[in-house]
Amino acid sequence: MFPEEVLEHVFSFLTSHTDRNSVSLVCKTWYEMERWCRKRVFIGNCYAVNPKVIIKRFPEVKGVELKGKPHFADFNLVPEGWGGFVWPWVVEFAKGYPWLEEIRLKRMVVSDECLEIVAKSFSKFRVLVLESCDGFSTDGLASIASHCRNLRVLDLRECEVEELSGHWLSHFPDSFTSLEVLNIACLGSEVSFSALERLVARSPKLKTLRLNRTVPLEKLSTLLQRAPQLIDFGTGSYSAEIRSDVYSSLKDAFSSCKNLKSLSGFWDVTPAYLPVVHSVCSQLTSLNLSYASTQSPELTKIRLVVLDCIEDTGLNTVSMTCKDLRELVVFPSEPFVGDAEVQLTEQGLVSVSQGCSKLQSVLYFCRQMSNSALISISKNRPNLTCFRLCIIEPTVPDYLTLEPLDVGFGSIVENCKQLTRLSMSGLLTDRVFEYIGTHAKNLDMLSIAFAGDSDLGLHHVLSGCDSLRKLEIRDCPFGDKALLANASKLEKMRSLWMSSCLVSFGACKLLGQKMPGLNVEVIDERENLNSLPEYAPVE
Amino acid sequence: MDLINFEATELRLGLPGSTDEWDKKSTASPVNTNNKRSSSEMGSSVSDETGSSRSPSLAKAQVVGWPPVRSYRKNIIQGKKSESESGSGMYVKVSMVGAPYLRKVDLKVYKSYDELLKGLQDMFKCNIGLYSEKEGYKSEFAPTYEDKDGDWMLLGDVPWDMFLTSCRRLRIMKSCEVIES
Repeated sequence: MFPEEVLEHVFSFLTSHTDRNSVSLVCKTWYEMERWCRKRVFIGNCYAVNPKVIIKRFPEVKGVELKGKPHFADFNLVPEGWGGFVWPWVVEFAKGYPWLEEIRLKRMVVSDECLEIVAKSFSKFRVLVLESCDGFSTDGLASIASHCRNLRVLDLRECEVEELSGHWLSHFPDSFTSLEVLNIACLGSEVSFSALERLVARSPKLKTLRLNRTVPLEKLSTLLQRAPQLIDFGTGSYSAEIRSDVYSSLKDAFSSCKNLKSLSGFWDVTPAYLPVVHSVCSQLTSLNLSYASTQSPELTKIRLVVLDCIEDTGLNTVSMTCKDLRELVVFPSEPFVGDAEVQLTEQGLVSVSQGCSKLQSVLYFCRQMSNSALISISKNRPNLTCFRLCIIEPTVPDYLTLEPLDVGFGSIVENCKQLTRLSMSGLLTDRVFEYIGTHAKNLDMLSIAFAGDSDLGLHHVLSGCDSLRKLEIRDCPFGDKALLANASKLEKMRSLWMSSCLVSFGACKLLGQKMPGLNVEVIDERENLNSLPEYAPVE
Repeated sequence: MDLINFEATELRLGLPGSTDEWDKKSTASPVNTNNKRSSSEMGSSVSDETGSSRSPSLAKAQVVGWPPVRSYRKNIIQGKKSESESGSGMYVKVSMVGAPYLRKVDLKVYKSYDELLKGLQDMFKCNIGLYSEKEGYKSEFAPTYEDKDGDWMLLGDVPWDMFLTSCRRLRIMKSCEVIES
């Protein structure tokens, strides 16, 4: 047995939550040791545990990460007011963690009152990351700015903020110089540019600056000149009249940013201004052009996010030039149009899978797919870890053979043995789930829509996927049988979402009764659920 | 594994006495017709923006939450489309009675009718004068514009912001033409 000091020292090298959780299961001594030295706690489902329990078990925590609403909330499938409120957590943290330094929230409802409590309760507060959160206004941000003397990170990722005034930025006092990350890209209205400029000028450690759309292109060089040390930069609006003075000052400003690794923003692009970034292209690892309908990025990067306007030809260029590409994201420019004008097909993805040997992660929206393309992709890139394919029209078959895409996705799970995340679309029968259950042993998260024929499909997944922790299903003919037969599996998972399937209210009640460790929730907007027959399907 | 074997070997936590009966009772309709919440919202809004006809596939019912594109991204793309229709800046054609060719002005550059009129006067070297609600313009010229409905309106009657959204092009007519029509 090692003395405590040694154990503690060893544990200090463990940063992964899963490792720490495993360590605490070894024996009572290790459990005690580990809980006293855990500095960061991750709660993947805010309803899984009571905040008081966390505070009691981990008294020395400095950073908390919480997730609230289910993923499908992003696509409006979760009703308003469902939950994910961070308030009860913040209230407990204010009492139990006075030295709290970091809060990271995803898909949670955060009120201005919460932000005020955060601002006033934690004297050492340094990091606030809000991802896909809502419920607060610029007043809440003003509280943070006024009171968090040591703030290093203010990162608003795709939040919905009620924008009452652009002056919240001015609440950062003149003595405040510690800012390292500022991401306000999601704000729709103007922030005070002079306050922004002064803030940037007095933040020598600023590494990430992501502006919002209202910051005009003409003012970009002023900001960049004040922060040549930036590593991650998101422009504002990238459109302006073509003027040589603006062009050359932008070009100079970009070339003086020797550490720039990531570029994003590029709203409303005026293509003539794109070449100003060419001087930094070779050093970029991440480029997000998904707000710019530009068609030819001759840029080398590791992570590329674009619109389908890039077309197959653009992706072909990517496959030949971006040899270090690890992640490709292609969003649809017109998701609700039946026949798109852009020439983006399965071919683009196949090219990239052939040419980019380091490709690991794909999110691809397109309008047609074939089994043979999927098979090629799986054979080209067995190292894929994340494969998310969205064929825009639901239940569309292989466009060449008119067969379901079972074999194609089957090939993906069979060849890509390290696959941890999969999203499927197109015409799929129970057969694809048999392949998944048989082969996808490392799969952690699976998203299914408009697929399958019967409970057998769901049964294959729940009984076969040993590592499955997150399953989200919509509009599939899966009912009670597979769910109840695999109830014990559900306890090993973080969450299961099923909507517009064939699960009955009776089965939900039974599941809740038989498995008291599970949180079973029925969301159905009809009035008298209890008066429905037991076998009637719920939403 | 076919369905028969599955049933023989399954560990059921089913309701007592329940069999497959409910399967037969329940609506086994293909799930993509189960769109209680679908809406056909796309058709009208897009034709307002473009004013031209789009492909018929646009008007079909839209399933909630599909394709899985986040709303802020949808808004950005739609917002971008309307801007690109009129270019970055809001250029409209201006014709002047007697002038051999048309000009273009960027309406976004101006903040009010006064500024616009001044700009037009500079551009065409004419004197349009001041607007009066009762009598229009007391000068040789009358500035008019074609609105979204295709009607020719006198400049100045509606609030500036409303004018900006409805103005398609400008025409500086002679006052006598206006009176006659």
